[in-house]
Amino acid sequence: MIAAFADPFDALFNLQRALDGRLMSGWLEDQTASQGPFPPINVFQQGEDILAIIELPGIEKSSIQVQAKEKTIRIAGKKAISFPESASVHRRERMSGEFDRTLSLPIQIDPDRIKAEYRDGILALHLPRAERDKPRTINVS
Amino acid sequence: MASTQELQVQKKRELENKEESTIPVRLFVPVADIYEAEHDLTIILEMPGVEKRNVDILVEDGVLNVEGRLDLTKYQGLQPLYTEYNIGHYARSFRLSSKIDQNKIAAEMKDGVLSLKLPKVEEAKPRSIQIQ
Repeated sequence: MIAAFADPFDALFNLQRALDGRLMSGWLEDQTASQGPFPPINVFQQGEDILAIIELPGIEKSSIQVQAKEKTIRIAGKKAISFPESASVHRRERMSGEFDRTLSLPIQIDPDRIKAEYRDGILALHLPRAERDKPRTINVS
Repeated sequence: MASTQELQVQKKRELENKEESTIPVRLFVPVADIYEAEHDLTIILEMPGVEKRNVDILVEDGVLNVEGRLDLTKYQGLQPLYTEYNIGHYARSFRLSSKIDQNKIAAEMKDGVLSLKLPKVEEAKPRSIQIQ
């Protein structure tokens, strides 16, 4: 059931990712680490292919960058939130900033056939499995 | 040192309702920004995945209720491999002060972000007073 995604291991994995992110971040370099934990990603299997669904509300479509290489997908961009100058802010819960995240996949993907769709604040990546990665049937002669 | 602020994942807060739910779906509280300008108050709510037609905004007894329903049929037949967040509907309520003109509330939905403009009643707007 969909309502049952949460997993006690999630908390541990999130901690591990955060720690790894700290270790791997180039803190002497002027750039973001590509190991950042944002945005949250759900990965689904769709037949032989993979579907990654990423929650990214309120981002300009043009500012999302998706790069693919063999088994990894990189999602980078910037989320900007602006308030009018004269306004007084009563509550501020939304977060803004830059993000850069790399997702490793268990299969080889075909970078030419990747489809990325951004709608209603959700980025959906259709990641087709590379033909050469698919299992083959061998005829016994 | 990195000069830019890195975005962190926000944990989705589940709605703690007084009423109990009769459907097996989670309800989350959408994160909100509220700011006040001279003539109006703006509430911005993040509800990723919610389509414009699935948003209900209701003003009742001085309370603004916002509800966003996620189209869960899109997730049917998908087998999760690895998940980091839960999905569900969104709901949040705000009590309106008497300064707000309840008949003139306007809403706009874009990229999963709902913007509500709540104009102030004429009496509440700032005005300058001339010295006689």
